[in-house]
Amino acid sequence: MSAQTSVNSPERSSGQAVDQRAKMLERAMSRHHYAGDALLEVLHTAQELYGYLSPGLLREIARKLRLPPSHVYGVATFYHFFTLQPRGEHTVMVCMGTACYVKGALGLLEVLERRCARAGSTSPDGKVSVGTARCVGACGLAPVIVWDGEILGRVTPQELNRRLDALAVAEVRDDG
Amino acid sequence: MTVEELYEMRDRERERLARLRERIYCCSAAGCLSCGSESVRRALAAEIEARGLKGQVEVCGSGCMGLCSRGPLVRTQSDGAIYAQLTPDEALWLLSEDPAERRRLEAKRLDLNDPFFTRQLKIVLANSGYIDPESVHDYVAMGGYQALAKVLTEMTPEEVIEEIKASGLRGRGGAGYPTGLKWELVRRQPGDIKYVICNADEGDPGAFMDRSVLEGDPHRVLEGMAIAAYAVGAQQGYIYVRGEYGLAIQRLQLAIRQAERERLLGNRIFETTFGFRVDLRIGAGAFVCGEETALIASIEGKRGTPRQRPPYPPERGLWGKPTLINNVETFANVPPIIMNGARWFASIGTETSKGTKVFALAGAVRNTGLVEVPMGTPLRTILFEIGGGVPEGRQFKAAQTGGPSGGCIPAELLDVPVDYESLAAIGSIMGSGGLIVLDDSSSMVDVARFFMEFCMDESCGKCIPCRAGTVQMHEILCRFSRREATRQDLELLEELCVLLKETSLCGLGQTAPNPVMSTLRYFRHEYEARLTDREGGAQ
Amino acid sequence: MSIKTLTIDGRMVTGAAGESIFDVAWNNGIRIPRLCHVGGISDVGACRLCLVEIEGWPKLAAACLTPVEEGMVVRTQTERLRRHRKLIVELLLAERNHVCSVCVQNGHCELQDLAAELGVDHVRVYYRFPRLGVDMSHERFGLDHNRCILCTRCVRVCDEVEGAHTWDVAGRGVNCMIVADMGEPWGNSETCTSCGKCVQVCPTGALFEKGKTVGEMYKDRRFLKYIVTAREKRQWIR
Repeated sequence: MSAQTSVNSPERSSGQAVDQRAKMLERAMSRHHYAGDALLEVLHTAQELYGYLSPGLLREIARKLRLPPSHVYGVATFYHFFTLQPRGEHTVMVCMGTACYVKGALGLLEVLERRCARAGSTSPDGKVSVGTARCVGACGLAPVIVWDGEILGRVTPQELNRRLDALAVAEVRDDG
Repeated sequence: MTVEELYEMRDRERERLARLRERIYCCSAAGCLSCGSESVRRALAAEIEARGLKGQVEVCGSGCMGLCSRGPLVRTQSDGAIYAQLTPDEALWLLSEDPAERRRLEAKRLDLNDPFFTRQLKIVLANSGYIDPESVHDYVAMGGYQALAKVLTEMTPEEVIEEIKASGLRGRGGAGYPTGLKWELVRRQPGDIKYVICNADEGDPGAFMDRSVLEGDPHRVLEGMAIAAYAVGAQQGYIYVRGEYGLAIQRLQLAIRQAERERLLGNRIFETTFGFRVDLRIGAGAFVCGEETALIASIEGKRGTPRQRPPYPPERGLWGKPTLINNVETFANVPPIIMNGARWFASIGTETSKGTKVFALAGAVRNTGLVEVPMGTPLRTILFEIGGGVPEGRQFKAAQTGGPSGGCIPAELLDVPVDYESLAAIGSIMGSGGLIVLDDSSSMVDVARFFMEFCMDESCGKCIPCRAGTVQMHEILCRFSRREATRQDLELLEELCVLLKETSLCGLGQTAPNPVMSTLRYFRHEYEARLTDREGGAQ
Repeated sequence: MSIKTLTIDGRMVTGAAGESIFDVAWNNGIRIPRLCHVGGISDVGACRLCLVEIEGWPKLAAACLTPVEEGMVVRTQTERLRRHRKLIVELLLAERNHVCSVCVQNGHCELQDLAAELGVDHVRVYYRFPRLGVDMSHERFGLDHNRCILCTRCVRVCDEVEGAHTWDVAGRGVNCMIVADMGEPWGNSETCTSCGKCVQVCPTGALFEKGKTVGEMYKDRRFLKYIVTAREKRQWIR
C-alpha cells in the first residue's frame, strides 16, 4: 500500500491534491532529517495540510520518523492544538482568558453550544466547530472570539447570533 | 557584518528617517489589528502613493502602544502625538502639511500628560510603538545590536555575567530567580554543547506581555539571547512560542531571517569566533509547557510532562545538556543593561527587585492594555492612576495577579508595592505579569472556580495530587457555586490545598491552590455565605 | 564506590553513592509506600507516595528519585506524610471504579494493601464514577481501565525491558488513558509481543490474565531482576 492511500483523503480533494499534500509533508519530515524529536513540527505541518490527524496519517508519521505508534498517538492527544477529528467548515473559538471570562465569555459559549456543538466538537451538519482558547492575548477587547482565525473583540451574544444566522442563510442559498 | 558596518547602517537609517517630513506608526499588535488598524495603514499607504508623497511621508506598523482599549492607535513621529480610535478616512488628515487639518483630530488625540503615560517607565517596551517591528534597520537605528557588538568585542563572558549579576535582574517568568546566577551556573557546567531557550509559552489567561514584546520588538529578544549565549557558551538557541500567537511567530520568523541575512546571527558574528543560531519551536496548546522541564520535553518532541527537579536544566536540560531558560521579558532587559550599565538598572526599583515590570492590565478597569512600571510601584498607582480605576457605577473588589498560580488582593492591601517579596508575603505572586481587576459584580468563589477549572484542564496527568486533586477541588468549588457545599467540604478543600501545594510534582500543581487559598484568606465570608443551610448549618 | 552514611527515621544506615533514598531505606527494612516505583525500570516520581521529609530541604522529596547524600537526615513516617499519603490514596480510589469485591486482584492488590496500611476506612472526596471500558480483545490478557491508576509501570516495562513500546499514555489530566499503539484494541496491536510483562508489573487489577476470577490474579515480577541483572551484569541470577 502506498503512502498516499493510507492517509486520509476527504472526498472533495482530488487525487492530485492528496499527492501534493503528501509531498509537502514528506518535505517537512526530510527538512528535519526524519528525526523523532521533530514530531511536534511534523504534526503541526500535517494538521495544516490535512485539517486533522487521522489514524492513518499518524501511523505514517510514526513509520517515517521511526517512532512507536503509541508515542505518536500519546503526543498528538496531549496537545489541544491537534485534532483527530475532521473540522467543520468554520471554526469558532471563544477566548476563556480571565478578562474574557469576567466580561461574559460564558454567555457566548452558551450560544455556540446551544446552536452548534459542545466545545471541542463539530455541529452535526459539519458547518461549525466550536472550541475554547486559553487567552488569545487581546484582553483589552474582552470578550473575544476567534472566527476562522480572525479575532473579533467586544462580542455580544446578539452579534454572535446574527453571525450564526447569516451563516445558515448563506448555506441555505448555496444548497438552493 | 563588522561593528563599523553596524554603525554605518545605524547612521544611514537615521539620516533617512530625518529626511522624512512625517512617519506614521500604526499599531500592529494583535489588539489594534482586531480593531482595524490594518485598514488604517492600508488607506494611508495608498494615499501616500496616490499623492506622490513617497520620500516625505512614510507609514509603518509598530508594536503595542499600550492603551489597547482605545485601538486602533496611531502615532505621528513629527510631534509625538498618539491618536486613538481613528477611522481610515480620519487618518488621511494626518498626511496634510496644513496644521489645520490635523487639528480636526484634536478630540482623538490622547493626552500624553495623563498618568497613564507619565507614571510609566519603559525599558522593555522602549521601542514598542517607536519602531517598525518588521524592519531590522529600524531596530538598528534605535541602537539595536550595539549591546551585542559591545559584549563580543569588548567583554569576556565572565564580565557579561558579572554585569548582569550586578544589575540585580531577576527572572520575569514568575519565580524571580536571579538571572546572573543562573547564567553563571550554566557557564560553569562542563561540556562544549549548551543551549539557550527563550520561554515564550505565555499561558496565563489574561497575560499578554511577552506576546507584545515579541510582536513589537522581536530583534531585542534575539539580541538578548545572543548575549546570553555568548556569556554561557552556547551556540544554539530555541524560542518556544505559543501556537496561539500567530503574529508573534511571523514576526520572529522574519526577524530571524533578517538577522541571519545581516550576519547578526549565524557564524562569526561581528567577525569574531562567536556563532549563534536560533530556531523557533511552536507550542501546541498546553499551559504546562511553560514549566521548564515540560518545555524541554516538548522541544524534544515528547508529551509535555514535567520531571523531577533537581537536576535543574542548567545541569541537565535539553537533550541532557546544560541549558539556560529565561523568559521573553528577561532577555529583553539584557541589551539595555549592557548599554546603560548595571548601576543604571540597579538604581530603578526596590532593594530586592530591580528594574521595571510589564503588566497586562485587564478586567474592570478604564484603561486596559500594556503598562510598564518601576518595581515597587504601589498597586494602587497602577490600577487607579494608570488604569484610571473601575468604571462608573462599580466598586473595586480585588486585583488578581499571577493568573492561575497567583492570588487575589483585596482593597485594603492596595498600597502593597509591586515586587517579588511583597506580593508573595500577601499570598499572591508577581507571576509573569497578568493583572486583572475584579469589581463587586464578581464572586470570588466563582473566580477561584474559574482558575481551578483552568488548572484541572491543563494538568498534565502525571502526578496524582494534581491530576485527581484539581478535579476534586473543582467539584467542591462547583458545590459552593450551587450553594450545596457543607462545612466538611470547606475543611476538605483546605486540606486539598495543602496536599497539592506540598506534594505535586511541578509548579503547576504546587501553585494551583493559590487562587483558592488567597480568596479563602481575604474573602472567606463569601465561602461561608454559600454553605448550604441543610447539613452545614447543623454542624 | 563511595559509601554514604545517613539517618533514616532515626536509624544510621549506609548506601552507595547514586543509590536512591528509597532503595537504601528498603535495603534496611524501612518500607516507604509507593505505587509507581518498581525495581528494574526507571523511576518517574509520579505517585508522590514515597515523598519524605529531609532536614534542611524546603520541600518534600520523592525518595525514589533523590540520591542519598552524606549526613542526610530523612524522615519517612511523620504525621504530615501519613496524612498526605492517606489523601492521595483516597483520591485514587475516587478517581476511577475500584470495586475490590469483584476484582481479580482482590487480596493481593498494592492499592488495596496501601489503603489498609494507611487506615483508609472511608473516602472523603467525591467518587467520580467515570464510564470506562474493559479491553478484552487480546487473546491472553485483559485491560480494565476502571482499575488503572496511571502509574505507567506497564508503559515503562514494555519500553525499557521488552523494547516494544506498545503502551503509552494518551490524553491529558484526568482524561489520561493507557493506550496500545494508535489507541486501538490491544488485540489489534502490531507491536505487542504478548510477553505479559506489563500484566505482571501492574500494581492493581487493571492488567490481568484472562480466565482468572475474583482474587485469583497473582503477579510475579521476579523476571525483572533476572533480566535486568542479565543485561547489565551478564549474570543469570535467580
